Amino acid sequence: MSGIDTQGGPSADDGAPLEMTDLTAAKVDIVPPEIVANDLGQYFRAWWARVRGGDAGILPVIFALVAVTVVFTIVSPNHVFLSAKNLVNLFDQSAVFIVLAIAEGFVLLLGEIDLSTGYVAAIGGIVAGLAVQSSPDLPWWVALIAGVLATAAIGAIQGTIITRLRMPAFIVTLAGYLFWFGVMIVILGTAGQVGITSNVISGQAALYGIVYSYIPPLASWVGLAVIVVAIGGSMWLRDAGRRKKGLVAPPIGLTLGKIALIAVAGGAVVAISNVNRGNFLPVIGVPWVVPLVLAMVGIFTLLLERTQFGRHMYAVGGNPEAARRAGVNVPLVRTMAFVLASGTSGLAGIIYLSQLGGLNTNINGGQLVLYAVAAAVIGGTSLSGGRGRAVHGLLGGLVIGAIYNGLFLMGLPIQWQLMITGLVLLAAVSVDSLSRRSSGSMAKP
Amino acid sequence: MDVMSQPGRPDRAANPGAAGAGGSPGPEPLLRLRGISKHFGAVQALYGVNLDLPGGRVTALVGDNGAGKSVLTKSIAGIHQVDEGEIWWEGRRVHIHSPKDSAALGIETVYQDLALADNLDIVQNMFLGRERLRRGLLDEDAMERAAAETLAGLRVTTVRSIRQPVATLSGGQRQAVAVAKAVMWNSKLVMLDEPTAALGVAQTRMVLDLILRLKDHGLAVMVISHNLNDVFEVADRIAVLRLGRMVAQDDASAFDRQSVVDYMTTGESSRTVSERPANGGRN
Repeated sequence: MSGIDTQGGPSADDGAPLEMTDLTAAKVDIVPPEIVANDLGQYFRAWWARVRGGDAGILPVIFALVAVTVVFTIVSPNHVFLSAKNLVNLFDQSAVFIVLAIAEGFVLLLGEIDLSTGYVAAIGGIVAGLAVQSSPDLPWWVALIAGVLATAAIGAIQGTIITRLRMPAFIVTLAGYLFWFGVMIVILGTAGQVGITSNVISGQAALYGIVYSYIPPLASWVGLAVIVVAIGGSMWLRDAGRRKKGLVAPPIGLTLGKIALIAVAGGAVVAISNVNRGNFLPVIGVPWVVPLVLAMVGIFTLLLERTQFGRHMYAVGGNPEAARRAGVNVPLVRTMAFVLASGTSGLAGIIYLSQLGGLNTNINGGQLVLYAVAAAVIGGTSLSGGRGRAVHGLLGGLVIGAIYNGLFLMGLPIQWQLMITGLVLLAAVSVDSLSRRSSGSMAKP
Repeated sequence: MDVMSQPGRPDRAANPGAAGAGGSPGPEPLLRLRGISKHFGAVQALYGVNLDLPGGRVTALVGDNGAGKSVLTKSIAGIHQVDEGEIWWEGRRVHIHSPKDSAALGIETVYQDLALADNLDIVQNMFLGRERLRRGLLDEDAMERAAAETLAGLRVTTVRSIRQPVATLSGGQRQAVAVAKAVMWNSKLVMLDEPTAALGVAQTRMVLDLILRLKDHGLAVMVISHNLNDVFEVADRIAVLRLGRMVAQDDASAFDRQSVVDYMTTGESSRTVSERPANGGRN
């Protein structure tokens, strides 16, 4: 035992230490800083060492967000990018990308890909839209559940084909891309569209209101306070409890810093949304889509990081053979990842339906799925599987939403939007492969 | 073994413990294999193999490539099902049809590729597939405490944090985690496939110490190894397979390097190692 410790840790065993540098020894620098640091200073030193070692973590996406914001603030007409009106608009537009990125993240986590999510999302939105159109008495939530269930069923079909017939996900979901595109046109029929802009029919008004109805300012501040206290409190109790029991826990400063970050970010969103952004009549308040998206991030974070199923998803993504030998039902986990991806896409489609006030056959599902993959990867999800969190979809979706929004503000024609989006996707994949290459090498000679 | 009473083979190789029809002076071994045969299509991989794995002892299974070491191990682990032969576990006749059966008996195998998920941390790997839950959610505190206890019991103290991803561990540390994962489940027999194959000197030392500690904990340990240095360092008993047949099985003191090599390559050895009397083995 003793002497093999090339990292300076305690050595309990007896015997003369063998001072040998083993070539199989670990890369010291890439140990996550929060598990070895005792205070904030140590944390930042360890974090910086890790960044220099090639694992930049969340840094690229933060950098991308700042860069996109600065560039578009400078180049947008009258610097309108940072206006309250545009920022709320950006939250609305990003919502679709965020939810799609989370959806795509489920399959990327397993090292798979789902190319059908764009048109599956459209199907989800259309099913919900047709449901509230079909009957004026149908509650909005029945339509929402119908859209999600329909798309989850699509995921179950595709996932079953992929896992049971052992077909490549790329091919099956490419077929799904075409097939569901066709199905979408069939469902929309001769009208070629579904609209939900009636403000008389309650179901339609409710779905439209996901993006276009607002939480009153007082309620939004109270809601934020409740959320910050609940999340911050549970984080604090958890970390403090672990510190007390002598288990591995982040430094106190880091826990407090994270809670402060949540409070500040939430406060900024609420404050921006509560600035009047109307031209004639006052328009004030947080759009309902914001808490909806945040709730999804919370629920999926809980699912992935606190449940047995989520743990098995990470295991299958990291080493399917190890998971299989450990008794994990690998085909079931993989199928469920496709079900989750499609069902979540369906929800994204319903948000899209709300945002556009309806859907028609012009919806570009191919572009949506590329945005979704780009957002997930920019956010920090690995294309090779095993790494990814719901919050990565949130951050990556914000970057893509900001680019989409900024290009729109500048009035750039579609060809420029396409080229810039392509370059952003390329940059995101480069960051992913670069970080993988460096973490596969040795940090120290 | 007595199955292979070949000419020129000294008496002592006819291990009395292997005398299936009784007359065994030693205590009942934890695992006793009798006449195990296994074929894959036209290829006969094992011919009537007998093997005893006593508790609290390290048995080294050695043999050249293709001798059948892996097939024998996988038969015990339940990955292969034997065609013929009997498996006795703690004096009871058992049938092992699947890895689940062998795990239920208390048999754990650490394969050469270790089967660890690099993206998960040490605790998560040790509990993979057998996570502890509390109110429907993962009970991280309980799992971390139990994992820490197991690692401390094996004196695996060189890792910086029990929460570091396995990707950041050295080869020896990874082996230690794989072994700790195996012994965590009240296992009684741990089989290690080439545990030191990819390791440097210091890391090998660490793993050999770990094997000795498993023995001190009363476990039966079977080590498959090519490295005779390691074998003579840790093994109490040595079993030699050659072309699917068990050609020798006895206390390690009954062998030396040359005789093991002789058995591995020719199936027999004319060397006598010690002055110990024939049939004087502890089992």
